[in-house]
Amino acid sequence: MRETDAIAEARRNLEVCNACRYCEGYCAVFPAMELRREFPATDLGYLANLCHGCRGCFYACQYAPPHEFGINLPKVFAEIRQESYVQYAWPQPMAKLFERNGTVVSVAAALITALVMIGTALFQSPDRLFGVHRGEGAFYAVIPHNVMVLLAGSTFVFALVAIAISIARFWREAGGGAGPNGKQGMGKPLMQAVRDALTLKNLGGGGHGCNDTDGSFATSRRNLHHALFYGFMLCFASTNVATYYHYGLGLQAPYGYFSLPVILGTVGGIGMTVGASGLIWLKIVGDPEPVSRRLLGADYAMLVLLWMVAVTGLVLLAVRSTSAMGVTLAIHLGFVLALFVALPYSRMVHGAYRFAALVRAAREH
Amino acid sequence: MVDLTRLYDVLVIGGGNAAMTAAVTARQGGASVLVLEHAPKALRGGNSRHTRNLRAMHQAPTSVLTEAYLEDEYWDDLLRVTGGQTDENLARMTIRASEAALPFLEECGVRFQPSLTGTLSLSRTNAFFLGGGKALLNAVYATAEKLGVDILYDTEVREVHLEDGFARAVDINHKGFPETVRAKCVIASSGGFQGNLDWMRQYWGDAVDNFVIRGTPYAKGRVLKNLLAQGVAQIGDPTQFHAVALDARAPQFDGGIVTRLDSVPFSIVVNQHGQRFYDEGEDVWPKRYAIWGRLIAQQPGQIAYSICDAKSVPLFMPSVFPAITAGSVGELAQKLGLDPAAVEATVREYNAAVQPGSFDDRKLDGCRTQGLTPPKTNWARTIDQAPFIGYPLRPGITFTYLGVKVNERARVLMDNGKPTANLFASGEIMAGNILGKGYLAGFGMTIGTVFGRIAGQEAAKHARN
Repeated sequence: MRETDAIAEARRNLEVCNACRYCEGYCAVFPAMELRREFPATDLGYLANLCHGCRGCFYACQYAPPHEFGINLPKVFAEIRQESYVQYAWPQPMAKLFERNGTVVSVAAALITALVMIGTALFQSPDRLFGVHRGEGAFYAVIPHNVMVLLAGSTFVFALVAIAISIARFWREAGGGAGPNGKQGMGKPLMQAVRDALTLKNLGGGGHGCNDTDGSFATSRRNLHHALFYGFMLCFASTNVATYYHYGLGLQAPYGYFSLPVILGTVGGIGMTVGASGLIWLKIVGDPEPVSRRLLGADYAMLVLLWMVAVTGLVLLAVRSTSAMGVTLAIHLGFVLALFVALPYSRMVHGAYRFAALVRAAREH
Repeated sequence: MVDLTRLYDVLVIGGGNAAMTAAVTARQGGASVLVLEHAPKALRGGNSRHTRNLRAMHQAPTSVLTEAYLEDEYWDDLLRVTGGQTDENLARMTIRASEAALPFLEECGVRFQPSLTGTLSLSRTNAFFLGGGKALLNAVYATAEKLGVDILYDTEVREVHLEDGFARAVDINHKGFPETVRAKCVIASSGGFQGNLDWMRQYWGDAVDNFVIRGTPYAKGRVLKNLLAQGVAQIGDPTQFHAVALDARAPQFDGGIVTRLDSVPFSIVVNQHGQRFYDEGEDVWPKRYAIWGRLIAQQPGQIAYSICDAKSVPLFMPSVFPAITAGSVGELAQKLGLDPAAVEATVREYNAAVQPGSFDDRKLDGCRTQGLTPPKTNWARTIDQAPFIGYPLRPGITFTYLGVKVNERARVLMDNGKPTANLFASGEIMAGNILGKGYLAGFGMTIGTVFGRIAGQEAAKHARN
């Protein structure tokens, strides 16, 4: 991490926090902070990514504005997270995409969706695009299976590679997890981090909920994130099962309403829709004080994109045996492709950085 | 909107834990309640905002307290710190009631930390608020609002109209506008007067300009003074306050916990003239931190300097301000604004007097000086390893002891010993009844919660009749 204004501000904040320590029950950030007396930029990058933005510490803080110390960790940590996404982005020239990320992701989503639509219209005759297709292989009559696999597969693999390289750099620069109490061995810390990530333990304010919108505790942010995350995972599982059906069993989509891929996808799609809608709502009604307003665009863009992917998928299911299927399919796949393309250069990377930070925190304790 | 023309059942003056506990309890008892808080909303809660824990009696381990802490041990602890300046009846009643204080606060939405190691090793006796006192206040205020307690911020009470022991009305300044509010009962929970430097100046002269007030600047003592002037019985020595040693670079008000410094036992402490003045190693820090405020207040310029070397740095919590470091004792003295020759001589004499021993920072290790006045009786090690570290220290005032006398039903008493008809008190304004001297960690919040609940119950009962 480079020395920046946000890094200097976070250091000033943490020097106050480390002399106070009232928040040590809230989340993993404070026990990690207590292991340190000094805060080099790389450690601040790690601590910032460990912060889940629950805001418990902000509302509990006797030094929050208007106190002259003006402590506001959630805000400054959000800014440092953004800086870490920029600094470790791969390939580096793409780091620029994190500036005005809301606009970038929105425009990319719109463009890619439009391109898929136009492409489909160019390559297919209107009868095919607007025709009614039923039975095995109906989708592929509109967009050939090979094209789908090639586009989605290549962008997704690239996204995974780009994120993996970024995380590897982040991990290495932050000292490879060998913190003050750095232990060898990865097994246990890894398990612990998986557990913490899957339960969002640190989004619980010490087990009692976050400050979702104001000084009162609630668990809606955590539950909505669960809905979105597990919804996404169910959709991902649906795709994998469908791939197995296709190649392993020789069965072509669309599958029946009560088939495994459709059930997984439907439940997942509903989860994602509920989760994304709720998280957008919390951002709208939430207290703007512990938030970095500059970064809100990126959050909204990513949530809306996920919402579009989920909703268009559900609509596709509803209209798949009508003449609207062709266009809906193109729109849905357009958003899916946009998600894959934007993945390594959007707020979605927070999951990977946070997971790395959780592993490191588990190794330190 | 709050209707100030209405006759409230209960007026609560103040906005800290003692006030809000009273307000919630009175409301639960069916009374209409108006809270008058001097501070703006963002700075509400008096000194409770800076607190961290509450001392609670318990018979068996709870979710947040280990082992047991029974009445007699609690009473012994109190007796020791107060040197007998307490009221056994009120104190034991408070101690017994502290057992129920914790579940009450939990019902108000206050969250506690699972029993904790480290800090002052208080996990047996004290329950720690998750997030500290401000998080506690947020929960209690939210509960009060949900119950329908009316709250006015930016509202200073100027005067309580007391006639024949009957509080008729209070004059307030609400956002700068004078108003009068009437009520059937009044609960005074407005704290001490440590935020009022001019009042303290009466006893301490211009030395107060060098005092740091650790907590809220809104503890002006206006209601306290007003009541005492109307024949309410006084308790506690007006000249006395609880003071600790703080980093001298602390803001004048509201610096809270982060300005405290634990370096004294592992340092030597010199005054403006570079001279030592007290045994830095007399006892473990949790038992001694509270005397150092007064010791420094008695030094010229009300300032002192803690000086140690590299060996001591890992032994104490960092203060929020950076240590002043130097390659030699003389250079350090210069950076601290002291006479290098004087400090060098003091360190030289001290080093020469240090006796060999096996140093152990976790107990009274007996590492001492020989033939030095004053001696250092524990943790005495030579100061000879660069970098040399210094911190300037000032007295930090936590609270004042002066208060109004109350009975065990939290009713304020008049000079003639008769209870007032409808005036109650809770918190720092009456803590002197039980804590006439010294301090027991977490006991202020205990008194506030216990008496807040009693005052709330009694006021609601009185208003109903």
